[in-house]
Amino acid sequence: MGTESTSPEAIRSDLTERVVVTGLGAITPLGADAPTTWQAMLAGRSGVRTIEQDWAQRLPCQIAAPSAADPATIIDRVQARRLDRCEMFALIAAREAWTDAGSPDVDPLRLGVAVASGIGGIGSTLAAYDTLREKGWQRLSPFTVPMLMPNGAAGWISLELGARAGVHTTVSACASGAEAIGYGVDMIRSGRADVVVAGGTEAAILELNIGAFAAMRALSLRNDEPERASRPFDKGRDGFVLGEGAGIVVLESESHAAGRGARVYAVAGGTGYSGDAHHIAQPDPDGAGATLAMRRALANAGVAAGQVTHVNAHATSTPAGDVVEAQAIAAALGEAASGVVVSATKSMTGHLLGGAGAVESVAAILALRDQVAPPTINLDDPEDDLGVDIAVKPTELHPRGPEPMAVLNNSFGFGGHNVAVVFMAA
Amino acid sequence: MAMTQEEILAGLAEIIDEIAGVPADEVTPDKTFVDDLDIDSLSMVEIAVAAQDKFGVEIPDDQLKDLKTVQDVIDYVGRSSVSA
Repeated sequence: MGTESTSPEAIRSDLTERVVVTGLGAITPLGADAPTTWQAMLAGRSGVRTIEQDWAQRLPCQIAAPSAADPATIIDRVQARRLDRCEMFALIAAREAWTDAGSPDVDPLRLGVAVASGIGGIGSTLAAYDTLREKGWQRLSPFTVPMLMPNGAAGWISLELGARAGVHTTVSACASGAEAIGYGVDMIRSGRADVVVAGGTEAAILELNIGAFAAMRALSLRNDEPERASRPFDKGRDGFVLGEGAGIVVLESESHAAGRGARVYAVAGGTGYSGDAHHIAQPDPDGAGATLAMRRALANAGVAAGQVTHVNAHATSTPAGDVVEAQAIAAALGEAASGVVVSATKSMTGHLLGGAGAVESVAAILALRDQVAPPTINLDDPEDDLGVDIAVKPTELHPRGPEPMAVLNNSFGFGGHNVAVVFMAA
Repeated sequence: MAMTQEEILAGLAEIIDEIAGVPADEVTPDKTFVDDLDIDSLSMVEIAVAAQDKFGVEIPDDQLKDLKTVQDVIDYVGRSSVSA
């Protein structure tokens, strides 16, 4: 079965079974659920707003993409007291995805959770620190630790669903959500689970985070034009816009899904990983790591470059990252890059950090289902030499041959984490 | 002035509703926190701190673990506020 090879991308495992996506959930700056988010993306709406809180006045960046709905108004009042905002987002998206999947009847020992966050409960951490300093340790909520731990969201989802196959949190900054989906796929492939709830969440629109990203000079300072601030691949881009929310997918072995007659969105074909080993927070200018992750993802999925019709790019709207990624896509797909439609949905959602890869996987899966790539808004003056076509309006996708259509979702994180996920038409 | 048992019960029921979501009419003196009201040990800590604020009595950890029923808390608060 397994072909011996020395090429770096030849790490395909001996697949015993395909993994499919049977449920989707999201809460984002564009909508409180996945369908609303997707329709807003197709309509080219921006979720970026002026930050209303007073603390923003002390910072150079005063814009962000807040969730379209306050999660504390959706979650039960008593439970909300015990959850960080990022945990609320994840729970809301997980409930949606689970219901969307038809609430699978699955052995709890065969149900897993892989839900990530880049930062975890930072809002709770900061609030608890204020309480500690002002009132003393006795006044800390006894739920402080489960609110601030990055695996809290995964833990709460496992409690709600009774998932006992394993509960996991992959932490790789802005690649966390995509890595969690890859981990979930591997759980099923390796026989550890039949169903896995996977994705990512983030809630970091806070003075510390905006201030710290501003200190890196990573944020757009286009305060006077919030909706125009996130502009991946555009010559006028000046940094990313921080967003918040969560995306969750229900992954399922193909036989389990077939056994219960589940509706299948897509095949979760495979995942490719690499490390840049270049700089803690800057992309490798030759994009070698990103290219390798994409090639490995295709190899892992058994997909040829010519099957790829659409890439949901990581493209955050930073000066350094976008062009490198476009060129890496061109390099990874080679001759097949011509005709691929690339979209940067962060132009609309902002950058959800640990939630980004999951929300963008949801978008990539819906692009595959509807055979349409969402637009990249604000792309008025594209960079030269991108080497790939960027969709500026909803763009129809067509199979490029007899093999099933495939889409890629890229996610890259500080630390040099590169993750690419492949989804194919079922 | 010492509070009456009814006043303590009403105040305690309000706290338990706020923290654990148990409706006030279910908080009756004979109920145990863990088995009857489904309140875990972490929530009991929150309730104890809130009770401390509301009733002006301190509930040290070694006392808290002996307060099994609503009546136990009423008695404890009653005793402590008299002696305070």
